[in-house]
Amino acid sequence: MPPTPWPSTALFANYAEAWQRAQMGRMLINSAIVALGVAAGKIAISLLSAFAIVYFDFRGKHVVFWMIFVTLMLPVPVRIVSTYQVVSVLGWVNTYWGLTVPLMASATGTFLFRQFFRTIPDSLAEAAQLDGAGPLRFLWTILLPLSKANMAALFVILFVYGWNDYLWPLMITNTPDMRTAVIGIEILVPRTSQLPEWNIAMAAAMMVLLPPVAVIVAMQRWFVKGLIETEK
Amino acid sequence: MKIALSEVTKRFASTTAVDRISLEIADGELFTLLGPSGCGKTTLLRLIAGFAEVDAGEIRFGERRVERLPPYARNIGMVFQNYALWPHMTVRGNVTYGLRLRKLTGAEIARRLAAGLAKVNLTGLEDRYPGQLSGGQQQRVALARALVLNPDILLLDEPLSNLDAKIRVQVRGEIRALQQDLGITTVYVTHDQEEALSLSDRVAVMREGRVQQVATPKALYERPVNRFVADFVGTNNFIPGVVKERADGVAVVETALGALCARPGAPGPGAPCVLAVRPENVTLDGAGENVVAGRVRLASYLGNTLRYDVETAAGLVLKVDVGDPWQHEVLPAGHAVRVAFPASATLVLSHD
Repeated sequence: MPPTPWPSTALFANYAEAWQRAQMGRMLINSAIVALGVAAGKIAISLLSAFAIVYFDFRGKHVVFWMIFVTLMLPVPVRIVSTYQVVSVLGWVNTYWGLTVPLMASATGTFLFRQFFRTIPDSLAEAAQLDGAGPLRFLWTILLPLSKANMAALFVILFVYGWNDYLWPLMITNTPDMRTAVIGIEILVPRTSQLPEWNIAMAAAMMVLLPPVAVIVAMQRWFVKGLIETEK
Repeated sequence: MKIALSEVTKRFASTTAVDRISLEIADGELFTLLGPSGCGKTTLLRLIAGFAEVDAGEIRFGERRVERLPPYARNIGMVFQNYALWPHMTVRGNVTYGLRLRKLTGAEIARRLAAGLAKVNLTGLEDRYPGQLSGGQQQRVALARALVLNPDILLLDEPLSNLDAKIRVQVRGEIRALQQDLGITTVYVTHDQEEALSLSDRVAVMREGRVQQVATPKALYERPVNRFVADFVGTNNFIPGVVKERADGVAVVETALGALCARPGAPGPGAPCVLAVRPENVTLDGAGENVVAGRVRLASYLGNTLRYDVETAAGLVLKVDVGDPWQHEVLPAGHAVRVAFPASATLVLSHD
């Protein structure tokens, strides 16, 4: 039978079947919590650490920065065993804390914000200082609004990254109700001994794919602006 | 409010950016720090503002010691070289930022905003963003922001260097008029000697962290104390020589151009020195105490003046300005001339 460009009558049945069999609703919610949590946490932490590195002089500042930078070279799989151990000691295995907190520290985000802050003239901070603004007020009323585009760009990247992460959620969850969507699809992938139901697996993959696409489409304008705009 | 600096010193790693500077700036005075880049003028301003901490010395505003106070506690206003307006805030947001931090009432903030914008002729632009304003307008927003907090002292860090030449002259006049209106003690940093001469009450010329001379613009231009100041402020011809004798208000100096008469300075008989004479004081009519023969090498027509480079027999090139080129036929290169300059306009300066 030749393939047709239009979906056949089985389209909605396939989606419904996939949705039910894999507890898709629950998994999408889990994925959303993890992706949003990781993205928001990473942005908050990297913003604050970049703020500290750029605007404060403290002993060992350069050492700290380079240590953060070096972690860029250590991908998650390299430190997964020790991270798992820490999470298990904290009793966070199979919880949202365990799924999100260990992924929040971000050298990439810190580096991105640091580079951006360095393009902002010092005099902007000095003028605020003269007007009587303390560091946190400066961060909140001046630096943060100026960083909007960067934050949006970083959010898109991190959301997609958090959504698609496979290894860590697989390690840290052990009940179906804590699984994220990317892991969930795996149950629907045909096994050799069974009749291959690719239609169901593909329908599930489509549903898992849609949220990140929606985020990218919705934030496209900000995303591009945040990555190309060198002006303050 | 008067400012007193006493033995103020600031070092960076291996260099002394500000080296034991003592200055008294009078109440209501517009005082300019002038010098080439790297002379320490901006560092000195930042020490006064409190953005950098002094390594030694005292800074007083009136009777109050301020050198250990943070910037906001010094009650100063400052205009930065790049204006430092916050790009995401409107003119209103920029100007009232400090007022809002001081928890003033809405009515008081509105009143001060209106008064501040009126001072700099920006009424009606409250809701514009800095990016929608011209450079001159941005500059005035920065000035308004500095003034609404009623500072005792106004600091200006090369405020005109990002403006076009024409606008610069106009804004320069506005700043001076506003400063005199408010009677606010102002410290102005620039590397532009014309700017410094035109708007200052007094000017301090700096070099390598030290003050070379503090004087009114007229005294600075006509009576520089050393070769550096004479060279940096305006244009000068320098003729090296040795003082032969000094008597009755005239010094005789032996130079490659012969013995020349000059107004005596610090170097005494037998001391090496340099004679300084400005191009506008040199004439081509051969009348004056000092007359030197030479040939025209280059004529540069500048509209309001005509400048000749005249090469003398000894190879020294003297710049000669003709103040009224309308009445003057340009001399061709190679033309023999007799340049002359009076002893009263020729200064004897120490070699540095």
